[in-house]
Amino acid sequence: MPEQLIQINNLTYTYANGFSALKGINININKNEFVAIIGQNGSGKSTLLKNLTGLLKPAIGDVLVDGLNTKEVSIAKLSCKVGFVLQNPDRQLFADTVEEEISFGPKNMKFSLQEIKERVEMALEYTGLKDNRDKFPPSLSAGERAKVVIASVVAMRPEIIILDEPTTGQDYRGCYQIMNIAREFHRAGHTVIVVTHNMALVAEYAYRTIVFCKGEVLLDGTAREVFGQPKILQMSYIIPPQITQIGQALEGELKTKKTFLRVDEIRDFISEIYNA
Amino acid sequence: MNQPVIEVKKLYYRYPYADRYVLNDINFSVNKGEFLCITGENGAGKTTLSLIISGIIPQAQGGKMRGTVTIAGLDTSEHELAVLSQNIGIVLEDPETQLFTSKVINEVAFGAENLQIPPEEIFSRIRWALKVVRLEGYENQHPMMLSGGQKQRVAIASVLAMRPNILVLDEPTSQLDPIGTIEVFEVIKELKEKYSMTIVMVTHKSEEMAYFADNILVLSHGSVLAYGKPKDILSNREVTTNAWITIPQISELYLKLKERGIDLGEFPILQEEGVALIRDLLEKRLSANA
Repeated sequence: MPEQLIQINNLTYTYANGFSALKGINININKNEFVAIIGQNGSGKSTLLKNLTGLLKPAIGDVLVDGLNTKEVSIAKLSCKVGFVLQNPDRQLFADTVEEEISFGPKNMKFSLQEIKERVEMALEYTGLKDNRDKFPPSLSAGERAKVVIASVVAMRPEIIILDEPTTGQDYRGCYQIMNIAREFHRAGHTVIVVTHNMALVAEYAYRTIVFCKGEVLLDGTAREVFGQPKILQMSYIIPPQITQIGQALEGELKTKKTFLRVDEIRDFISEIYNA
Repeated sequence: MNQPVIEVKKLYYRYPYADRYVLNDINFSVNKGEFLCITGENGAGKTTLSLIISGIIPQAQGGKMRGTVTIAGLDTSEHELAVLSQNIGIVLEDPETQLFTSKVINEVAFGAENLQIPPEEIFSRIRWALKVVRLEGYENQHPMMLSGGQKQRVAIASVLAMRPNILVLDEPTSQLDPIGTIEVFEVIKELKEKYSMTIVMVTHKSEEMAYFADNILVLSHGSVLAYGKPKDILSNREVTTNAWITIPQISELYLKLKERGIDLGEFPILQEEGVALIRDLLEKRLSANA
């Protein structure tokens, strides 16, 4: 029986201007899941994340993180369990050096100097930032700045790490470096939640994909199940990765209704038919 | 009709207090009605170049600039931003840096109002711009209460309402959902075809570039690494690898099949193009085996 880590029960959230961002959401997330959350702009993704981190409190319903009700515990306490990487790294960077930035979280958690040092080293190692430890964060490239933010969250070793569109504006290398850090963190036993508009990355990394549409859950399943339903996805302005669409277009020739997620999968399929 | 509206010649630029140039010997031109995409790795100088084209550098930001940049016949070093902005509009990378009013409608109206356009015309432009970015019904919302992607669309609408001759967009679809992204590219196509607008966009999205861009300029470490048609750029492995450009998945499939000794013949950059090539190949194989 997997251990339930996040329980979202009938979560409803309405902003002061009357906009109803979340309408009775029910989601359970188990320990060590890798979840992608996708959906059109304004569908409630960021509002959900803010509710998970305690930055917003449910108007109706409850959010329980590792048994703690977000309405009853402080953000400080929750932040030890849930690490949050914001959409724009520049909103969260403030220290003079990379090392100082990364040590900020552990210092606030009041660890011993030795422990802080160890955690900073681990986070630097994890994110490949060792050579940049003395650098001034704003002087780094966009990819490196994003990694500094992730390192500063990793150093707190939260049970859950949430990344809000972490690959926005990143080049190919940046996208994969960031997602690989998330994958490593997941392999180390942590729970990862990523909000993204990059469907190719969802197909490649996520084990579970939740699709939001107008404040409600439209689909919830594996990436393969979700991307196999292009008509429904359109309701939330999502189109599957190009490779999935190629597979759908070649359904007749390849004689399969399989939903392809990766280029290698369809290459193998084509080469098998070709060499038959 | 090849009439350059943007001309960049021997451009070098160094930020204030920086010890090195971030752009080195950049030369290119963009014709009227052309859609140019600028791409390249993180930190290559893409954003800096878009600020230079729109005149924000050197007009509003110091640093050392050499060479000349001319837009619609105006040297950007010699004309004030107020003059330049009658010809060129820019959508910044982070929409929050350009939103400042308390209602979407005011935000979209602001630029057009400053161009002293009659009110009826402003209203019709606002309606058009909001429709184009799929934000009808949001007129009275506070821009800062919107989601990231919606803010990005308000920023685009506010510049569209000015109907500039030249439009510069710095990663305008980075926070948009997949269909929203395609919609923005389609709008650009419409602006280009209907209003002969000249458009320069910084983007990493190669699948969309393949469909929509007339030309692609690849920057790497502050220099032009390559310039050409989407097909020439995206099929050039040396360029895409060195500048960390994601190639369309259909192109990736072509390369991976080739490694297995299966040759589709032509390097595809469009989905339908690749699908047709695969169909062809399998059919031929099947009839050969029959």
